[in-house]
Amino acid sequence: MHIRTAPSERHTLSVTVTNEPGILARIAGMFSARGYNIESLTVADISDDDMISRITIVTTGTPAVIEQVVAQLDRLVPVHKVTDLTVLGDHVERELALVKVAGVGDQRIEALRLADVFRANVVDTTILSFVFEVTGNSIKIDRFIELMSEIGLVEVARAGVVAMARGKEAV
Amino acid sequence: MTAEQSGADILIAALCDLGVDVIFGYPGGAVLPIYDAIFKQKRIKHILVRHEQAATHAAEGYARSTGKPGVVLVTSGPGATNAVTGITDALMDSIPMVVITGQVATHLIGSDAFQEADTVGITRHCTKHNYLVKSPDALGDIIHEAFHIATSGRPGPVVIDIPKDVQVATARYRKPGPINHKSYRPQIKPDISLIEAAVEMIAAAERPILYTGGGIINSGPGAAQILRELARITGAPVTSTLMGLGAYPASGEAWLGMLGMHGTYEANWAMNQADLIVCLGARFDDRITGRLDAFSPKSKKIHFDIDRSSINKTVRVDLAVVGDVGRAMEDMVKIWKSRQHQKADLSAWWQRIDEWRAKKSLSFPESKTEIMPQAAVRALWAATHKKNPIITTEVGQHQMWAAQHFDFESPNKWLTSGGLGTMGYGLPAAIGAQLGNPNTLVIDIAGEASIQMNIQELATARQYRLPVKIFILNNEYMGMVRQWQELTYSSRYSESYSDNLPDFVKLGEAYGWKGIRIEHPDDLASGIKAMLDHDGPVIVDCMVAKLANCFPMIPSGASHVEMMLGDDKVSGEMSDEAKALV
Repeated sequence: MHIRTAPSERHTLSVTVTNEPGILARIAGMFSARGYNIESLTVADISDDDMISRITIVTTGTPAVIEQVVAQLDRLVPVHKVTDLTVLGDHVERELALVKVAGVGDQRIEALRLADVFRANVVDTTILSFVFEVTGNSIKIDRFIELMSEIGLVEVARAGVVAMARGKEAV
Repeated sequence: MTAEQSGADILIAALCDLGVDVIFGYPGGAVLPIYDAIFKQKRIKHILVRHEQAATHAAEGYARSTGKPGVVLVTSGPGATNAVTGITDALMDSIPMVVITGQVATHLIGSDAFQEADTVGITRHCTKHNYLVKSPDALGDIIHEAFHIATSGRPGPVVIDIPKDVQVATARYRKPGPINHKSYRPQIKPDISLIEAAVEMIAAAERPILYTGGGIINSGPGAAQILRELARITGAPVTSTLMGLGAYPASGEAWLGMLGMHGTYEANWAMNQADLIVCLGARFDDRITGRLDAFSPKSKKIHFDIDRSSINKTVRVDLAVVGDVGRAMEDMVKIWKSRQHQKADLSAWWQRIDEWRAKKSLSFPESKTEIMPQAAVRALWAATHKKNPIITTEVGQHQMWAAQHFDFESPNKWLTSGGLGTMGYGLPAAIGAQLGNPNTLVIDIAGEASIQMNIQELATARQYRLPVKIFILNNEYMGMVRQWQELTYSSRYSESYSDNLPDFVKLGEAYGWKGIRIEHPDDLASGIKAMLDHDGPVIVDCMVAKLANCFPMIPSGASHVEMMLGDDKVSGEMSDEAKALV
């Protein structure tokens, strides 16, 4: 017998929650308990009274699984609202990454040239290295890292995806 | 301004304000302040169980039979971890329950202190919600909120973990007003346009079936009444899950019996052949659907559920109505009547159902020398049904025989562990039910293996003079395990024989119970009568046919139309795909 797997799609969810101890464990734990995937998860307070956090989750699964992920998130007591931005339609996704590149001579020049193409900023430099700050959608960041790895990639830190629907309405 | 009082006193005051009259618990170091507060009051009765798991099942039995939330009080560490099974059981079966656990003092949390366990961490995914209370100021509101969450929407267990210093420290307590939760707003009232659509689908159906579940029981006795009305005006047949038994009376003319793995031939065939399934407060559980890709292929499906996450979880439906199933049925009946729908001519459908009924799938071989377990359940029913008893069960063959052969006429009379399938549930649940219903006959139909899992509760029943009856169908096997080993593993009975059994009569007597043994079919009726005549707890050890199996059965991985009946060949080997299913 072999275990079958079904094809899956990628969805970006926006979840607003009450800021309370254990909320992240509750959400992350629900994903692991039910066998759902988390590709990226970001969380930060978005209210002026420290009461509400916005969590952006990128998850993958079959359409039926994604529907369940949304419903299961929604039934957690501290969850205010779950929005599937991928279903909602047009939205923007951004990610920030810090990328450390080491090298000498032409490598440095090429790194700076590429950084310029990607509109990445240099936030730290030594004689032998740069730390670039690059923002964009995940594909752009993947590409930047890929190129830098040919030059002298040392280290990567990514913030995870944040996302928002286009247009004037709030989710 | 009220005076400050200790956290323990706030807890008692809040519980009193919430109408709690009984708590099931077990003391320990981290709850001593609460036990001292209990000692000093008279309004709440504390029932001392003999194991924390039993406290949770007793609370479930109390809740399921009364409709009120069950309340549990246990200490930190092992007290809390012992309660986890019952908490999970309550989550799976949607039982309203509030579990108060002691915790080490706040400054000791995380230090691996004596009897410290991460209770909120451990119970995060087996509760509907849980709390760690860090200050006595927050305690009162949290207790009220916990009861609100446990009892509203889809009911479930809520854990409140209270560190010992929070029990001792003082604060002011004031009974809060109606709870207006920031994020938790279960949808109770269904969308009326969806109800209208459902009514039209039912009116147009040629082969409808009402598939009912525990949600109707949870919705309250009114929901069971309105179900009867809905069945009457639509003329549709009614089947039920294990958890929903009693919502529709077994003597009702639309009754097809239970459906699913051990459901009747007519219920499962009707599900398979229906053109419309109306799922009312059930959740298309795997015990119900059998093989998913062969589940009711020709039907449209309407799903009524208070929990949105139940919709489309395993079976895609054509119409989903989120809300309280009792209210939804009430609206349906109103709209049906206002639109002057007449009962459709379903005679062709009923004729087919009658053909399936003629299979008599619940029949079993008679014996003059051995007590057939099914016959024992029927005899028990015959002797007690006029008293409208509460029946609890453990888990296994005896549970399915009880579900098949004990006919229930009203809700809240059937208490069983459905979702989690917890052996050891029945005796403590019976204790809880008896406390909530002092004048009702309460019988735990048990197996000789399951009953040993919480056998220590014999002492609890005796201490509180609860006249609970235990009726053990003793076949000296973990019968359901043995049955599956016959079906799947060519009768290799690996560890399923109940060896070294105690003498249940003497065991009962040692605990102050009356013990009765029934060994022969001729003694069945008199043995049951002796059990009923005794004013006090009785344990009956009913020796039944050792190798009887529970039929009909849909083997794992099979569809509704691949039912095994009693005379089918049993022993064999199954494919790896089937072996991988539970």
